[in-house]
Amino acid sequence: MLRDLKGSIVAIVVLTAVLGLGLPALFTGFSQLAFSSQANGSLLTVNGKVVGSRLVAQSFTKPQYFHERPSATSPPYNGGGTTFANLGPTNPALAKAVKDQAAAILKLEGPYNHGLTIHQIPVDAVTTSGSGVDPDISPAYAQLQSRRVAAVRHLPLSTVQRLIHRNTNGRSLGFLGEPGVNVLKLNLALDKETHK
Amino acid sequence: MSGQGIGQVLLYCALLVALAYPLGLWMARVYTVPRLPFAALENGFLRLVGGRREQSWKSYAKTLLIFSAAFSVVVYGIQRLQAHLFLNPDHLGAVPSHIALNTAASFVTNTNWQFYGGESTMSYLTQISALAVQQFVSAAVGMAVLAAVIRGISRRSASELGNFWMDLYRSMFYILLPLTLVLAVILVSQGVPQTFSGHATAKTVEGVAQTIARGPVALMVAIKQLGTNGGGFFNANSAVPFENPNGLTNLLELLSILLIPAAQVFMFGKMVLQRRHAWMVFAAMFAMFAIGLAIALPSEQHGSQVLRASGVNIIQGHGQSGGNMTDKEVRFGIANTALWATATTDASNGSVSGGHDALTAGGGAVPLVNIFVGEVIFGGVGSGLYGMFFYILIAVFVAGLMVGRTPEYLGKKIEAREIKYAAVGALFVPTVALALTAMSVVTHSGLASIYNPGAHGFTEALYAYTSQTNNNGSAFAGYGATSFSAYFGAIAMYVGRFVPLLAALAIGGSLAAKKTAPVSAGTFRTDGPTFAVLLVGVIVLTAGLMVFPALTLGPIVEGLMH
Repeated sequence: MLRDLKGSIVAIVVLTAVLGLGLPALFTGFSQLAFSSQANGSLLTVNGKVVGSRLVAQSFTKPQYFHERPSATSPPYNGGGTTFANLGPTNPALAKAVKDQAAAILKLEGPYNHGLTIHQIPVDAVTTSGSGVDPDISPAYAQLQSRRVAAVRHLPLSTVQRLIHRNTNGRSLGFLGEPGVNVLKLNLALDKETHK
Repeated sequence: MSGQGIGQVLLYCALLVALAYPLGLWMARVYTVPRLPFAALENGFLRLVGGRREQSWKSYAKTLLIFSAAFSVVVYGIQRLQAHLFLNPDHLGAVPSHIALNTAASFVTNTNWQFYGGESTMSYLTQISALAVQQFVSAAVGMAVLAAVIRGISRRSASELGNFWMDLYRSMFYILLPLTLVLAVILVSQGVPQTFSGHATAKTVEGVAQTIARGPVALMVAIKQLGTNGGGFFNANSAVPFENPNGLTNLLELLSILLIPAAQVFMFGKMVLQRRHAWMVFAAMFAMFAIGLAIALPSEQHGSQVLRASGVNIIQGHGQSGGNMTDKEVRFGIANTALWATATTDASNGSVSGGHDALTAGGGAVPLVNIFVGEVIFGGVGSGLYGMFFYILIAVFVAGLMVGRTPEYLGKKIEAREIKYAAVGALFVPTVALALTAMSVVTHSGLASIYNPGAHGFTEALYAYTSQTNNNGSAFAGYGATSFSAYFGAIAMYVGRFVPLLAALAIGGSLAAKKTAPVSAGTFRTDGPTFAVLLVGVIVLTAGLMVFPALTLGPIVEGLMH
């Protein structure tokens, strides 16, 4: 009993020092040297100022920007408090959230997409993401928003399409995962294009 | 479902077998050869903690229990003191006592149930030196016990099962650590942070301040996936891009969930020199995995009632993956998220790449049943296969009754004592899960945790206690933390971990003492497909039937709703 307890205490000290302090310190040092940008959060800068991370969604409300998927974090797109919405598949609150979001999209995109109905809204546009900071929207949702963005910015639709294409993450290695359009990178590219 | 999605699932299965087989052979070496490379370090460690003498099952269990109890105290203490300790750049306060207790139980038992949001509750020190250390240690404890039980099966007329410290050390430093380092390097390269700097603050394109939490994430994500832990750095776990940024990391994290548990089946075959039998156990596990996936994936692709009724486009194709995208990420879509939900509950992993509370009735019932049957479909590292031994012994016993002979398993006579231990191992945990669920839904303090209305709310409670007693750790995450649920949960996790673990060690000790009987014409063969079918049948008839009544109150009612 005492022998086991003594052994346990020694083991706890050794393992905590090795696996809990030494290993993370060494590995963090390696990561900072070998993959500095990724290890620090893949931050994006404009004119030297941090505007966000390519892996964290942020709030876009203005019509000249592509908008993100809904977020359940508080406030929305809080990179310091990721969360699911946790609404079950038959929850009336989910039904209301989806309905409200669809109505908002119809109102926003309708003027630029003649004859737009709810049946053309892709599902990711009305559903909260898993993390609350999903940086991507589906290519279908990007297409839906492209006419608005082109019109508001007075850009040819083809230019906007080209930028969407350029900021679409294909499947990793060509076949893993699903394609998504990185909203922050796309919007930064649009701002750059407009200010050319 | 698209061919693309199915292709990714098939690729996953092929890679799993291709990687697990050689790893299993290596692991068999790790637990059997007297000397491995870097033996001096091992000798040093063993000298410090008290030698390498072989232990009886009781002695092995005693060391393990004292070690786990002492470590629980440390994990609790670090959480309570984190505000006064170093590596706390975001100045987080002490973790509340009921959450700290639940979390200590959670990580020491390899559960990784999280009644807290990681990035907003735990300091970097707590994450790396309390929680992540347990992700190595609790995994290694499970692996050590499996090695000991397998020695019990393979030895004859012996009283010892091995040395706990040596099995623990080797599990950590010859299996978990090398795999963790490889995975962590790839994760960092793909965008998983690894820094001691506090959160970043951005001024967004529209001019708002945004907090971007980061930290020493990559190493923790790697071990949480490989050690069937599941406790992420962030609240939303592997759904968060900083834990799982793209399709490649998703595949690797998914493979890591089942890699070691699957490899342990082959390790077992090698250690007892019964490869055909091991393949049959593997086949039984794989069949149940495939059946679960075949239900979950179409359910999610079909979409939830709310989404179907809403009129939005949920059809796959034309630039979207469609289906039930609620609480799912675009880069994973339906197929990968359903595959994850299935794999993480087959194993005792419990990490998630999308919200389980938002799963459809079918998509949510599969994880629930996977966990309820005891996580023996590959299962937790170590605990999966030693849990499967309970069912194997019951299957052999049932077969023995049918032909009227004393049952034998790999040459050892199976008698009343082993069957009693096996019955405890197989039935104790589901009984506790149902009892705690029942208590939580008839008391006001229990009901306070439920978030969704109706049948789905009941499923939240059922899932919470099923997950904690079986040491899974995934949740229908709307289920909230109260003092009631935190203390109940801590009890659930401790008894759910250690009762089956002791039953398994007892079986190992009992079998080790026996002589080997020669195979005769009356011996029920455990190396053919009949055995695999019988094994699946036994699992369905014992745990499957136990969960069915509760299932009808939760997911089945929900599935019938409009």
